[in-house]
Amino acid sequence: MPVLAKRENETNQLQQEEAVSPWREGWKSFKKNKVALVGLGIVLFFMIIAVFAPLLAPYGINEQELSIRNNPPSPEHWFGTDDFGRDIFSRVLYGARISLWVGLVSVSGSVIVGCFLGIIAGYYGRWIDTVISRIFDIMLAFPSILLAIAVVAVLGPSLQNALIAIAIINIPNFGRLIRSKVLSVKQEEYIMAARAVGMSDGRILFHHVLPNSLAPIIVQATLAIATAIIEAAALGFLGMGAQPPQAEWGKMLADSRQYIIQAPWTVLFPGIAIMLTVLGFNLMGDGLRDALDPKMKN
Amino acid sequence: MLTYTIRRLLMLIPVLFGMTFVVFFIIRAIPGDPAQVILGQQATKEAMAQLTEKLGLNDPWYVQFFHYVKGLLSGDLGESLRSSAPIKDEIWPYLAATLELSLVAMFIAIFIGVNAGIISAWFQNSWFDYTAMILALIGISIPVFWLGLMEQWAFSLELGWLPSTGRENVRDPVEVVTNLYLIDTLIAGRFDQFGEVIRHLILPSLALATIPMAIIARITRSSMLEVMRSDYIRTARAKGMRMFFVVYKHSLKNAVIPVLTVIGLQVGLLLGGAILTETIFGWPGIGRYIYEAIGFRDYPVIQSGILIIATIFILINLVVDLLYVAIDPRIKYN
Amino acid sequence: MTKPILQVKNVKKYFPITGGILGKKIGDMKAVDGVSFHVNEGETLGIVGESGCGKSTTGRMLLRLIEPTDGSILFDNQDLRALPKKEMRKVRRNIQMIFQDPYASLNPRHTVEKILEEPLLVHGIGDATERKKKVSEMLEVVGLTSYHARRYPHQFSGGQRQRIGIARALMTNPKLIIADEPVSALDVSIQSQVLNLLKDLQKEFQLTYIFIAHDLGVVRHISDRVGVMYKGRMVELADAEKIYQNPLHPYTQQLLAAVPIPDPEYYQADAQAAIQFGTLPSPYVIDDSWMNIESERDDLVEVEPGHFVACRLK
Repeated sequence: MPVLAKRENETNQLQQEEAVSPWREGWKSFKKNKVALVGLGIVLFFMIIAVFAPLLAPYGINEQELSIRNNPPSPEHWFGTDDFGRDIFSRVLYGARISLWVGLVSVSGSVIVGCFLGIIAGYYGRWIDTVISRIFDIMLAFPSILLAIAVVAVLGPSLQNALIAIAIINIPNFGRLIRSKVLSVKQEEYIMAARAVGMSDGRILFHHVLPNSLAPIIVQATLAIATAIIEAAALGFLGMGAQPPQAEWGKMLADSRQYIIQAPWTVLFPGIAIMLTVLGFNLMGDGLRDALDPKMKN
Repeated sequence: MLTYTIRRLLMLIPVLFGMTFVVFFIIRAIPGDPAQVILGQQATKEAMAQLTEKLGLNDPWYVQFFHYVKGLLSGDLGESLRSSAPIKDEIWPYLAATLELSLVAMFIAIFIGVNAGIISAWFQNSWFDYTAMILALIGISIPVFWLGLMEQWAFSLELGWLPSTGRENVRDPVEVVTNLYLIDTLIAGRFDQFGEVIRHLILPSLALATIPMAIIARITRSSMLEVMRSDYIRTARAKGMRMFFVVYKHSLKNAVIPVLTVIGLQVGLLLGGAILTETIFGWPGIGRYIYEAIGFRDYPVIQSGILIIATIFILINLVVDLLYVAIDPRIKYN
Repeated sequence: MTKPILQVKNVKKYFPITGGILGKKIGDMKAVDGVSFHVNEGETLGIVGESGCGKSTTGRMLLRLIEPTDGSILFDNQDLRALPKKEMRKVRRNIQMIFQDPYASLNPRHTVEKILEEPLLVHGIGDATERKKKVSEMLEVVGLTSYHARRYPHQFSGGQRQRIGIARALMTNPKLIIADEPVSALDVSIQSQVLNLLKDLQKEFQLTYIFIAHDLGVVRHISDRVGVMYKGRMVELADAEKIYQNPLHPYTQQLLAAVPIPDPEYYQADAQAAIQFGTLPSPYVIDDSWMNIESERDDLVEVEPGHFVACRLK
């Protein structure tokens, strides 16, 4: 091709520059954010605890010793013992398993279902959009914990049903987020360009719309895990989640609240555990938002 | 604006209808037989069949739903199975208790949150800023029920400064007029009891206020920082104006929108948090009313209670949306 | 030789205007109101008009990215409007588009390689190695290097991005390319580079262009024929020379007068000589009252061979 030689492009200084994907840029700015790194550290810390709880816990989860009921913290029992003489430290470690499990699984469920509905509503519009959006409106018209209680009342109180309830109440949040994101991505010229190339709707959705909507989902999901953990603990506290003898943080609070005067440590440590875990996810979520999606900042 | 308001009100109708539908079905999906609940375990088959018929539970669901909606439209919320009293006569004291608690909590949240946010932004990166923002971060991460328990333990059980449960000094009650005790005590001219009511309100309302307070502080701070970077503030600053007050006034105005958002979002949390707070502090509010009704399988109460809370929630959200449009010229309504 | 590759007849696009409490339709926004033209194989048809005149909508309707309300579009003697969606997608292999904003038209999360490969994937052209080869070839063709393939759009300048956009349009060896203001988002210094590239590519690949622009200056270099649009209608359509030498419609004359002259002192005499506002041959008259008020407008009439103007018989 003879014409080639004539063509020069206006800047060649880029030649040596590395390829930088938007994700890598996000990670770079996340790494600079100390607060976010603290959050990530807390989350990783609790994940390690959750995974290795059986190895880390000095006592069994339901190992009772009635002679040491409601004993204060000591070298043998770092967080003291509860009314059954169980080691609170061990139970708090095991509790991390339940809380993280509920948080991760329920939010994954909400993300999957929410995204599915949101994409359909946003991409196809018309009556499907109207129906789905109205359903979301209706679900969001209930204070979330109330809706969760109602769902548990139907399904019966158990940890698993609490998880399902939490997943359900979070669906509309993700659905709406994705729907609005799809609507705005749809307006982008590169979607028009994709259609001009001859792409099918399905391919446009999965190769263009979804990847460009991913950042806000990740941010929202991280923050939602924080909320889900609190909600699970709240349901446990109300007796509508985990059942005895499960070592769930909220349930532990509820069980020991009557001994709060004699043994405040029974209430103190599970609560601190909830707070720290939730704080970790919140810090991480904030950091991710600043790194991945600066425009989303409130 | 009027067209917009009317359109929004019209849009509420399907949502309200759908809500009623959802609640109706959730309640019917709860396992257990209402007749059994009312009559107890020893009930004879005949008595139960009679009661089931009387309650209209043999009708097909759409007939039941129709009757329920018809009742709602004429202001009939049904009858409590537990007390046999009409719910609409019974519910107001509970609602009022929650209302009082929530309003006080929201007031605390806004007052402290907005001011802390403004001061933090003004003294950005100072020790005050850091402390306030760390507290705010902890505030949004703290479980309401645990905070309530710890407050109760520290301030009433250990230190004995404040009462741990209830709304008033029950040994010496005042005459109930509005069921908002802050007002009732004033009507009765009982300032000693007014102080008691306030003392009872402090712990639960603080617990309930924590999360909205933290969020409001964070949002106010960031919107204020934006204001401070804006050109008109720079200009004012260059002119040597007494900056703190200039910025304070401007940012208060600018903080209205984010605070409105938070109120809209937090009303749900507040109403939800009320259930937990009320459980801990023995507060006889709507949350506990519903929660206890679930324990007693008092279906009409659960049904109407949830419906009322949800209705309040969406109405407040509507008002917030309309206020937005009224306040912020940049938001277009279409 | 001059075989029409595309024939557009009386194409319309009306958007509904809604209002009131229930959002009922209360009228039509006539974005494009009966436009007809044809494009010959291997030529460049320029379409010019101010923003909002419907030129971009027209361009998008040709590919059915926006569905026309009425009219017919014949491409290679095939009525595009009659095709089912799936068939239409296949046709897009032969008609491609270059977009105005090179910052918005490239997916920010895809590498250049992925962006260029995608048209081939979609139309099932070649296997993995062939596609890779074609991508690096095409990058060279538009003046980039295969080294650029692994980068992301945000790592390029505006001009380079537009080259990527052009490369994407060429990937499937299309016959017709609709260029929707391809240089108006670029710096003036880079505009001519990209225009020259488009010209070279036309020779190299025997392309047919529809070149949409908002001023007559840019179109001049590249077009064989030029159509002028105003308020959703074509008001004049003729060979480029005639449009510039002998503009007949008052709106075309206005547009021409607005073309900036690089160095007025130097060019003044030339420019004056070049632009001779023509007059219509005797039986015709132009009613231009519609330019200010909404009144009936005239259809295009061929007043001399190949020169169409919206006018009527006296």
